[in-house]
Amino acid sequence: MHDHGPDALELRVQALESLLVERGYVDPEAMDRLIETYEHEVGPHNGAQVVARAWTDPDYRARLLADGSAAIAELGFTGRQGEHMVVVENTADVHNLVVCTLCSCYPWPVLGLPPVWYKAPPYRARAVIEPRAVLGEFGMEVGEDVEVRVWDSTAEIRYLVLPERPAGTEGLSAEVLAGLVTRDAMIGTAKAAAP
Amino acid sequence: MTPDAPFEEPWQARAFAMTVRLHEAGHFTWPVWSEHLGRALRAEPDRPYWESWLAALEELTAGSGLADAADLDDRQEAWRRAHAETPHGQPARLPDQ
Repeated sequence: MHDHGPDALELRVQALESLLVERGYVDPEAMDRLIETYEHEVGPHNGAQVVARAWTDPDYRARLLADGSAAIAELGFTGRQGEHMVVVENTADVHNLVVCTLCSCYPWPVLGLPPVWYKAPPYRARAVIEPRAVLGEFGMEVGEDVEVRVWDSTAEIRYLVLPERPAGTEGLSAEVLAGLVTRDAMIGTAKAAAP
Repeated sequence: MTPDAPFEEPWQARAFAMTVRLHEAGHFTWPVWSEHLGRALRAEPDRPYWESWLAALEELTAGSGLADAADLDDRQEAWRRAHAETPHGQPARLPDQ
């Protein structure tokens, strides 16, 4: 029967959770709700709406760059890990890239939880040291005349990239534009998709 | 699982949710958590991310007196026995629950 039992990691988590629940430190139903939120509700589709709004509304864009958290909250995206958001804008001259060199700090309300590569040692170690090489591995050619700025997210400040609006998207609605904004475009490892 | 699903295994989600709820209940600040997680990641760079997360959480809960290592060992052993004694297909329960 033991081959149907939990592995060592599952046992460690089960032991810790059952102790913390018994002692009243955590509520398992609140944990269920939290997991449901991050598995199904919060994700890059939130950030894509922020970007599309900024592309189509110059006043909103100005507010977003001046105070990221407040402008993002206007769209209803608030909460954990979104308290101090800074939005950095890509232009023809500047490309921004976000990393967390310490661990995995990430703007949950607009992007959800980070992808595996964002948390992995190679990306965390190399994004600051050789950002152009890292971008190249993501298939991004950044011209020598373009300045690459790398932003190190922390437990206190989290960055979101406002990608460049793709050419040929004049006249598209914010809703359609949001469909062009990928998670990677908002981390800085991709450009917004062409329509 | 979808390629971008935040968790690969249920235990990862439980460890994540425990951490966030303990933080929200005021047991530690998020910068303190990041510090612990960062240290666990640096200590064993080749260890899978969520295993480092769990190690950091165990260290932090032990250090703050929420659940010390001896209690955790006892509880793990109790669960191991409960699983071994439970017929397949039924949920395991601790004897005193």
